[in-house]
Amino acid sequence: MGIVSTLELTLLAGCIAFVIGAVLAVVRASGSKLASGFVVVYVAYHRNIPLLVQILFWYFGITALLPAVIQSWLNQHGGGFLCGAIAIGLCMAAYVSEDLRSGMRAIPTGQYEAARAMGLSFMQTMRYIVIPQALRHAIASLVNEMLLLLKNTSLLMAIGVAELTYATRQIESQTFRTFEIFAFATLCYLAISFCIMFCGRALERHFRVAGR
Amino acid sequence: MIDILQNYWLLLLVGQFPNGPLGGLAMTLILAVCGIGLAFPCSIAIALALTSPFRALRASAQALVYIVRGLPLLMFIFWAYFAIPALLGTSVPGVVTMLFALVIYESVYLAEVIRGGIQALPAGQTEAARAMGLTHLQTQRIVVLPQVLYNVLPSILSQFISTIKETSLGYVISVNELTFAANQVNSILLTRPFDVYLLLAIIYFTLCFILTSCVRLLELRVERGRKSLRLKTQ
Repeated sequence: MGIVSTLELTLLAGCIAFVIGAVLAVVRASGSKLASGFVVVYVAYHRNIPLLVQILFWYFGITALLPAVIQSWLNQHGGGFLCGAIAIGLCMAAYVSEDLRSGMRAIPTGQYEAARAMGLSFMQTMRYIVIPQALRHAIASLVNEMLLLLKNTSLLMAIGVAELTYATRQIESQTFRTFEIFAFATLCYLAISFCIMFCGRALERHFRVAGR
Repeated sequence: MIDILQNYWLLLLVGQFPNGPLGGLAMTLILAVCGIGLAFPCSIAIALALTSPFRALRASAQALVYIVRGLPLLMFIFWAYFAIPALLGTSVPGVVTMLFALVIYESVYLAEVIRGGIQALPAGQTEAARAMGLTHLQTQRIVVLPQVLYNVLPSILSQFISTIKETSLGYVISVNELTFAANQVNSILLTRPFDVYLLLAIIYFTLCFILTSCVRLLELRVERGRKSLRLKTQ
């Protein structure tokens, strides 16, 4: 049960992180001072505050500001899961956008200029020329972020989301077979992590940028 | 928000210190400094093992790195939480548990940083040192490590920043640090979670942002130092 929850959270938060991270990276590259200033602040905020504090802030702080109807709906439908996924997703988006940005920096400016000269709009240049290459350059660090994201889902036990660590604690307090159950959870995390590392290696090999 | 800070700044800063255990921001900083300080020698040992000429040593260090990198810090905290009292037969304060978990976790990450530094050093340095008759360990101690540690100083500092952020996990096993203190304030006030947690976020942000800026300055300095060195040798 806990494992499924952990995997779901990883996927959901991962999707949020990648989509928002990509958007942030494009906005940063757009050259508008105001927009990229916003991204800089966003990244600084999410990188300088512990994730646990961000999760607590979302779960206790932000939900307290919402109208009562939404609050009770959240309480009935597992608000912790949703808040947690959003908090982790938004935080990791900051890291993903930084990875993509350094991936973009590896692309020579001549390519932008050529694409624009050929009549592609800014968005088209990003979509067809820049982002696909930036993804390839950034793949190793993106896999690392995915690993980090998996590990960070364990923090959600602090707000009572029934993921792997929380379930482990629960079983431990029922059965008192502490070491067996923790060894099992440890092995589960290791198995998932090694899967991610292995897939990452395979992806890296498959998409290796020529000439490197 | 200002009034929360006015009423509870002492609790957030040092916990119940004069009359009770030390806590709050002071505890967070102590944990982070001790954690990174104790992890540093361990990380040098692991990094040397990672780059050592003996295959068995290298493989076991590599396995350690993979295992620690694949597990959440929270798992280490719980292992320490249950295993240390079971092994020692006595109960251990949460701070020690937390410190233990932090040292294991951080020493592996720091070791990766130092290994990166060792591998970035031109091979000619080691070759020259070996050609001059230094043993492997002498080469590492006299030639390699002093340069590497200077070059990776900024990365070590950013690892320190992550450690500060990671001490917040102590909250889960009720270590009396900043997040725990904020939670106490929240349960005293009850009705203003948004303000309390925003305040908590601002405190962490200020601390880490200042340190991040220091990292950037240090990076520039180290870079300049290396460039001038390169010019001199040319």
